[in-house]
Amino acid sequence: MTFLLRRAAFYVVAAWAALTINFFIPRAMPGNAIDAMMAKFPHLAPQAFNALQAEFGAGGGSVWHQYVSYVANILHGNFGTDLIEYPASVSSLLIQTIPWTLVLVGSATILSFVIGTLLGVAAGWRRGGSLDQVLPGLIFLQAMPYFFLALLAIDVFSLHLHVFPGQQGYSNGLVPGWNPAFIGSAIDHSLLPALTIVLTTLGGWMLGMRNMMITTLGEDYVLSAVAKGLPDRRVIFTYSARNALLPSVSAFGMSLGFVVSGALVMEVVFSYPGVGLLLYNSVTSDDLPMLQAIFLVISLAVLGANLLADIAYVLLDPRSRTKEAFT
Amino acid sequence: MTIAPAPPASIAAVDRSRRAGWRKLPRKAKVGCVILGLVIAIAIAGPFLAPDNPSVQTGALLHGPSLSHLLGTTSTGQDVMSQILVGTRATVIIALAAGVISTIIALAVGMTAGFLGGIWDEVLSLVSNIFLVLPALPLLVVLLAYQSARGDLGTILVLSALGWPWGARIIRAQTLSLRNRDFVAAARELGEPTWRILMFEILPSELSLAAASFVGAVLYALGASVALAFLGLTDTSQWSLGSILFWAQSENALNLGAWWWFVPPGLLVAIIGVALVLVNFGLDELGNPRLRVRQRQPGRSRRSARWLPSDPTPVERRTRTGSTGILQPGPAALTIGQRPAARPTADGAAGGAG
Repeated sequence: MTFLLRRAAFYVVAAWAALTINFFIPRAMPGNAIDAMMAKFPHLAPQAFNALQAEFGAGGGSVWHQYVSYVANILHGNFGTDLIEYPASVSSLLIQTIPWTLVLVGSATILSFVIGTLLGVAAGWRRGGSLDQVLPGLIFLQAMPYFFLALLAIDVFSLHLHVFPGQQGYSNGLVPGWNPAFIGSAIDHSLLPALTIVLTTLGGWMLGMRNMMITTLGEDYVLSAVAKGLPDRRVIFTYSARNALLPSVSAFGMSLGFVVSGALVMEVVFSYPGVGLLLYNSVTSDDLPMLQAIFLVISLAVLGANLLADIAYVLLDPRSRTKEAFT
Repeated sequence: MTIAPAPPASIAAVDRSRRAGWRKLPRKAKVGCVILGLVIAIAIAGPFLAPDNPSVQTGALLHGPSLSHLLGTTSTGQDVMSQILVGTRATVIIALAAGVISTIIALAVGMTAGFLGGIWDEVLSLVSNIFLVLPALPLLVVLLAYQSARGDLGTILVLSALGWPWGARIIRAQTLSLRNRDFVAAARELGEPTWRILMFEILPSELSLAAASFVGAVLYALGASVALAFLGLTDTSQWSLGSILFWAQSENALNLGAWWWFVPPGLLVAIIGVALVLVNFGLDELGNPRLRVRQRQPGRSRRSARWLPSDPTPVERRTRTGSTGILQPGPAALTIGQRPAARPTADGAAGGAG
């Protein structure tokens, strides 16, 4: 329990750091962001201008005062006002896009973790077997930029083979809702992006698990399990894989920031209506309040996922429940 | 008799490994070095070799590869080959510069935290852990969205500011373990100032780790800078591998079927990435001879080979220090090296843990 409390305290500090970074970026940047934005949006409503001033610190009050009201706003879920679609609030735009990213990136990441780990178990058990030959190829996929693999995938599977739709989250003409036609279309459109995420991240999980398996398989307790005549299944899963899994789980949380970053760029390639595309659109339209809100939401989501990974770790590793575990 | 500072045995070791370095390097690392050498040669000579001015628009719109345009032309008739030859330089410079700066920060933070311990360690570790969990790309995007931060220098600074924590973590762990060694204690007894101990006793022993973290930082900077350029967040009027991809994407090269426009630059980025990963693997082996893949001894069945006692240190320790081979493109990637053909023994396999 102490372990989890320590981790939770750490994430609170990290969340506070994200908030604070977000607060100070517009104030630390040289040049007046508001003037630049006003030049960009000459027809901005006066209310938007006021909101902008408050957000970017041109309004009155000391920095400390601004900071306090900023934190209070965030705690109330108020991320500010969007410039492009004024007066829509940033939160409402985010709420529309988050489910797309969460479902796609979340399920693809978990799928990749599960498949990669299972393949790693198999490769570790049959060391030098055919699975080992696949590894360099998977690592090659991992070393290339996500979005480039996505471009290639669209070119091959969508434009030439017409197997998958290559653009957007659902077919034109469908209205988002809980009906079979829409859900089917959404799943159809998510397959190719999910496939690219799985392909580019699979290798890392597989390699980590394979190497840990090889280590645990050499342990005495595994040898004695074999000597007792336990079936292979039991030796593999109950004796070695369970222990070999621990480093992967603790790495899982930390890899999320990286996976999310890559997936965001990939959404741009697929015009997938998630947070990544929103991020891209706010970049191209210089919508700074939106950008900062997106950064904050993504950070908080990654921190939350990290905490979940830590909880999983505690469930898997009894040692972390008794004594102080690694930091 | 004069009392010389503790003999820096580590320096001698480094020298020796440097002299015998090339021949001892594993083959994959050599391949990586050769590829990187070629890429750097392109970065230096590319602009002089380019057959055309990459920005000049000719009448040959969207031509596929041909003798007059080896890699075809863009939708405005620019020569793709020339763009790549010219653009490689900017990409390489940004990646290398950000790698150097990140490594310096990582060394400073990691060595300070590991050597001084106490409150320094607490604070610096906390900061690096925070930077590790925050998603880097969105933060980079936010920073670069302010126009004033764009341009090469801005991009390099921003990339370096976010590229150091991984290396710092690894170097801190190594410094912690070096801190109580005899040669450091001897230097301390002799009254050497802390900075001197750090620079002349600790640092030389950490060179292979610093090199690995440098390669990892370059890999990260390469990926991030190309992604940012692809999003249009760097100076898109300047040619780089990322900005070629940006123009290809914004001019719809994909739907036009102009594969020669986006495949070569993307493939080049991927090849540079793989080369860096291969080099990192080689460095890792040099620094830790246990990792070398040994040939399987004759007469041992595969089954019995499986039960060889495994090397106790590397995997567990290395994963704890963070190089799990899973997350970041950093030292992570060390692992690729496993030769698929050679059957790894317990030792060799443990090396993969990277």
